[in-house]
Amino acid sequence: MTASLTTHPFTTPVTGAIRVERFAFSIFRVATYAILLAATIIFGIIFVKGSETLFRREFPFVNTTFLTSSPETLHVFEHDGVKHELGDKAFRAYLEANGNPQVTDENYVYSAGGIFPCIVGTLFLVVGSMSIALFVGISAAVFLNEYSKGGAAVEMLRLAILNLAGVPSIVFGLFGFGLFVLFAPVFGSAPDPAHFSIPLGFTHLNFSGWGVSLMSGWFTLAFMVLPVVITASEEALKAVPKGFRDGSLALGATQWETIRTNVLPYAMPGILTSSILGIARVAGETAPIMFTAAYVVRDRLPWQVDKAVDILFQGVMALPYHIYVVSSKIPQNAYTERVQFGTAFVFLGLVLLIALSSVILRSRMRARYRW
Amino acid sequence: MSLDLATPTVSRVKTEPNTKTATSGAESPTAAIPMIEVENLDFYYGKSRALHSVTLKIPARKVTAFIGPSGCGKSTLLRCFNRMNDLIEGTRIGAGHIKIQGVDIYDPSVDVIALRRQVGMVFQKSNPFPKSIYQNISYGLELQGVKDKARLDAVVEKSLRGAALWEEVKDRLHTSALGLSGGQQQRLCIARAIAVEPAVILMDEPCSALDPIATSKVEELIQELKKQFTIVIVTHSMQQAGRCSDKTAFFYLGKLIEMDVTQKIFTKPAQQQTEDYITGRFG
Repeated sequence: MTASLTTHPFTTPVTGAIRVERFAFSIFRVATYAILLAATIIFGIIFVKGSETLFRREFPFVNTTFLTSSPETLHVFEHDGVKHELGDKAFRAYLEANGNPQVTDENYVYSAGGIFPCIVGTLFLVVGSMSIALFVGISAAVFLNEYSKGGAAVEMLRLAILNLAGVPSIVFGLFGFGLFVLFAPVFGSAPDPAHFSIPLGFTHLNFSGWGVSLMSGWFTLAFMVLPVVITASEEALKAVPKGFRDGSLALGATQWETIRTNVLPYAMPGILTSSILGIARVAGETAPIMFTAAYVVRDRLPWQVDKAVDILFQGVMALPYHIYVVSSKIPQNAYTERVQFGTAFVFLGLVLLIALSSVILRSRMRARYRW
Repeated sequence: MSLDLATPTVSRVKTEPNTKTATSGAESPTAAIPMIEVENLDFYYGKSRALHSVTLKIPARKVTAFIGPSGCGKSTLLRCFNRMNDLIEGTRIGAGHIKIQGVDIYDPSVDVIALRRQVGMVFQKSNPFPKSIYQNISYGLELQGVKDKARLDAVVEKSLRGAALWEEVKDRLHTSALGLSGGQQQRLCIARAIAVEPAVILMDEPCSALDPIATSKVEELIQELKKQFTIVIVTHSMQQAGRCSDKTAFFYLGKLIEMDVTQKIFTKPAQQQTEDYITGRFG
């Protein structure tokens, strides 16, 4: 009476459905591993090659020059039988000290010195554009979700916002170039004859554009991430229970008081979550800034300006654009590779750092407003 | 009607409790004037009519219960009293008036904000704000611009005592209100409502999510509160209406079938439909 293993009532015959399932699951597994593999290769190469530039074996273990100085031209030359690799300033000082000998040197632009202006420029771009995007985006989301009465017009607006999310970044770049760089209004004491101008009595509004500047870059980048910020802010607002609104309104709060004190604070963690994605995009996109805000090289740092207002109307160097320049505009060899991978590595680290600080900010807010 | 109408209402109500303490409520001449008067009210959600020519009077400083099966319009009428229905898309008053202390609250001159300060509300699902217990109570006063710490402290204590919650929470006023139990949360919402000293407190099934012990606490509280406030309570529990209300109105399919002294409604209702509902034959 011993039941054989193969004949008990729960034996599973391998049917077609099971074979199909096994096959499907194996595809899912392979797809997941492929993504993991690709990410590991990308990050691995950048990490290994980049850390050669960024880290040192001896104290202080970090290549401070790379992080704190401006790009210089690298000179590679032989003198007195020794091979030297020096940045521009050191090269000239060396020649000076050795009585200006005739040397044949190879030089590679941007391959010596550091990328400090790019780090600073990217930080300026991210902070400015995210401030604009969050302000405009949250305002728009509050309007759409709290004030607007719905209907066909609002649905069209939502559709437009969703479509905006699909616009390629180069289109945003050209749009920003046309609108902000060439056309945006600036105040001037006299009418600008070359451009459309509106006299305001005490001053003139000249539509002569903001030029390649932080302002142009901020607004271009802000417009690019707005759809993400708006959509996610709306979701975050929707997640705030209706009872908070009703309770506040029933106590005699105006709608704005209710939103300000009893809705927005609780939606903020959710809004910040979405803006983290925005930060990575703002920091990383090259196309929107290459026409609007980024310089290939600039000696002055953003705070080295004559008038305070010039801070807004200056172009900056930026990490993604610098990566583009050093990887496509200069020769590829062992000397230029350092700055290429070093910049990419620092860039990844910076984005990680900014995202991490938003995550910390968010979790602090969450701890404060939990429901 | 002038725009100032809301303001005299405020001052009148604030002084009333003090002047009235000497005389008993029933004999005072103001008690004879109903707090809320509804006249031939038709109410619509879009095209569908939720209330059919409802006429009733709600006495001051009494508990009035609205009973009836789901969808009979009792909550709708309650939410008309502080115009919370304004927030719902497509609602409108088709005909009739609602007067609170003689003022037509749907008159264009009425400030909804001032109205809601006079007509507080406690919701079915307790909705404490995710702030501290103290901040929940002080919120309504801070909206009115009260910044004086001593006064806020006093009102917080008075309101929590008024809601029979003070002894339970006095040591943790500055901890989150969400740490309270369900019944405590609902009493906190009542404390929040009475902190701004309204004339009327509307309660929309305040005990439907509470266990029997928490329910009896809230019911005891209602008996205390009616000394000072006019209370309108919507309830699905006929026992609750019987236990804690002075007057009961029975609604069915958007019509007011009958309104009378609670005892009479539950013992000798005038309408057959009321009797059928109360005895559980339908609804």
